[in-house]
Amino acid sequence: MSLNPDPGTADRLLEAQAAADVKGRSLWKDARQRFMRNRAATAGLVALVLICIFAFFGGFIAQYEPDYVDFSLIGANASQGVPSIETGHYFGTDSSGRDLYARTVQGTRISLLVGIVGAGVAVIVGTLYGAIAGYKGGRTDGAMMRTVDILMSVPYMFVLILMLVIFGRSILMLFIGIGLISWLDMSRIARGQTLTIKGKEFVEAAHATGVRPMTIILRHIVPNLLGLVIVYATLLVPQMIITESFISFLGLGIQEPNTSLGALISNGASNMQYGVIWQLAFPLFFFVVTLFAFFFVGDGLRDALDPKDR
Amino acid sequence: MLNYVLRRVAIAIPTILLLVVISFVLMYAAPGGPFNSDRPLPAQVMANIEARYGLDQPYWKQMTTYIWNVVVHFDFGPSFQYRDRTVNDVIAQGFPVTLTYGFWSFIVALVVGVALGAAAAIRHNSWLDYLAVGISIGAQVLPNFVMAPILVLVFTLWLGWLPGGGWQGGQIEYLILPVIALSTSYMASIARITRSSMLEVLNAGFIRTARAKGLPTSRIIWKHAMKPTMLPVLSYLGPAFVGMITGSVIIDVFFSTGGIGQFFVNSAFNRDYSVIMGITILVGVLTVTFNLVVDLLYAWIDPKIRY
Repeated sequence: MSLNPDPGTADRLLEAQAAADVKGRSLWKDARQRFMRNRAATAGLVALVLICIFAFFGGFIAQYEPDYVDFSLIGANASQGVPSIETGHYFGTDSSGRDLYARTVQGTRISLLVGIVGAGVAVIVGTLYGAIAGYKGGRTDGAMMRTVDILMSVPYMFVLILMLVIFGRSILMLFIGIGLISWLDMSRIARGQTLTIKGKEFVEAAHATGVRPMTIILRHIVPNLLGLVIVYATLLVPQMIITESFISFLGLGIQEPNTSLGALISNGASNMQYGVIWQLAFPLFFFVVTLFAFFFVGDGLRDALDPKDR
Repeated sequence: MLNYVLRRVAIAIPTILLLVVISFVLMYAAPGGPFNSDRPLPAQVMANIEARYGLDQPYWKQMTTYIWNVVVHFDFGPSFQYRDRTVNDVIAQGFPVTLTYGFWSFIVALVVGVALGAAAAIRHNSWLDYLAVGISIGAQVLPNFVMAPILVLVFTLWLGWLPGGGWQGGQIEYLILPVIALSTSYMASIARITRSSMLEVLNAGFIRTARAKGLPTSRIIWKHAMKPTMLPVLSYLGPAFVGMITGSVIIDVFFSTGGIGQFFVNSAFNRDYSVIMGITILVGVLTVTFNLVVDLLYAWIDPKIRY
């Protein structure tokens, strides 16, 4: 009894020892360590978190609503709309006398949402499509992938604008249009990886025990695609943000009073000769930092998760 | 080889047809006709206009007529907004402009990109290498609609060296900024691909053999390393082409160069369906043709691609 006064401590010690002895490093833990060692990726992650905080909580410290128009400032932007703490316009005002800080928060939020939704659609549709094509093989695979080939060789931006013109310009339409094109690359990647997984013994075993094909795909193949899918989803987000900003830059995307970084950059660019450089500088800064952050995180994840680069 | 060419062409043709059909169906699905306005026209006038543009015909007939005209006569029909010109006139006016700066952008992206990437790989881990890597990382976040305002800000507003827009028949000073804005991000991608591809090639056995038998470095690079290096670059040219032709819309709008992109966006605001469709189809045909050429080139250079 005296040798073991506190059974709890001993148990915990044993547990700790067992964990140290037996529990190998899991693939995910391994990947996390490798990711954390990558300084650019970690910096990207920190920047990304800060941008998300800015986009989703930055509105609380804004002194004005994003759609509040200060009529006294229209036409006097260069002198009175200058960024300053005193007036409460931290980033100055835009050409219609609206608070650029609140607008930038709103624009960053919408750009992030577009990117994430686009990438989300790509992950769900693209992964399933690719996994099914790769697993079925044969004629089904051929037909499915030829369809992707054909869709990929269509100049999607033009078709997307055509769709926006015909069905009206709205956020929903923008989401649908971007979702329609974003999954193509992902399906190719998922299919390629499925082809290698398909030949593994555990799939054969599942097949032999009579598991239905759809269950094999969902239970055994898709989880093994996740690493690759996460990497490409992270790299897809900035591409989706660029696509949306491209359309909004032309004025065909997001509509007032909503805004996105592309629309703000467009506004800033058309007013830059009037000495209101902040209208371009702040949205551009957030655009560039967001893209950088996603690219660095994506590259870091690829180094950490992609089995090819080990 | 012939089999492969035929198969590749066999995919290209339905792609173009599909594009035509999709755009036609989309246009037809549009709520309201192109002549519906706030002030409704008298029924007789409307009927006359619709007869003039063939809109009174049944759906399938409109579609077959349109496809027939496009495929056989390269005739995209009249513009719905400008009575004095057809879609062909619009294309004839805008396309040469787009083609001019697009061509130069493509050349600049390819030549500078390959040169930078190859130099970086040859001088691996030197300042040149770091510069190339830095540029290619930086340019990832500088798509054309970001480059264009920055360039105009610096070279037009601050330095006053170059005009910030206009075309003037394509004089060199009007050409420089659009070409830089359009080519930068693709130049950077090509540089990155060339660099990694060449690094891999330079580590290959046959290069070591070439070095061992005492060939001069320049000969090794040009004679042995360049061709396999170019394969991944070549397969990137298709996407780069699509990206540039899409980016030309931004260039046309931002620099007022008067290319097809400007007409495209104006038509998008005016709901001038026939112009939008015509340009979409033209761009689609260009893209498909370009991809076809790239694929055939690829098969010709790399004998492993034969199926």
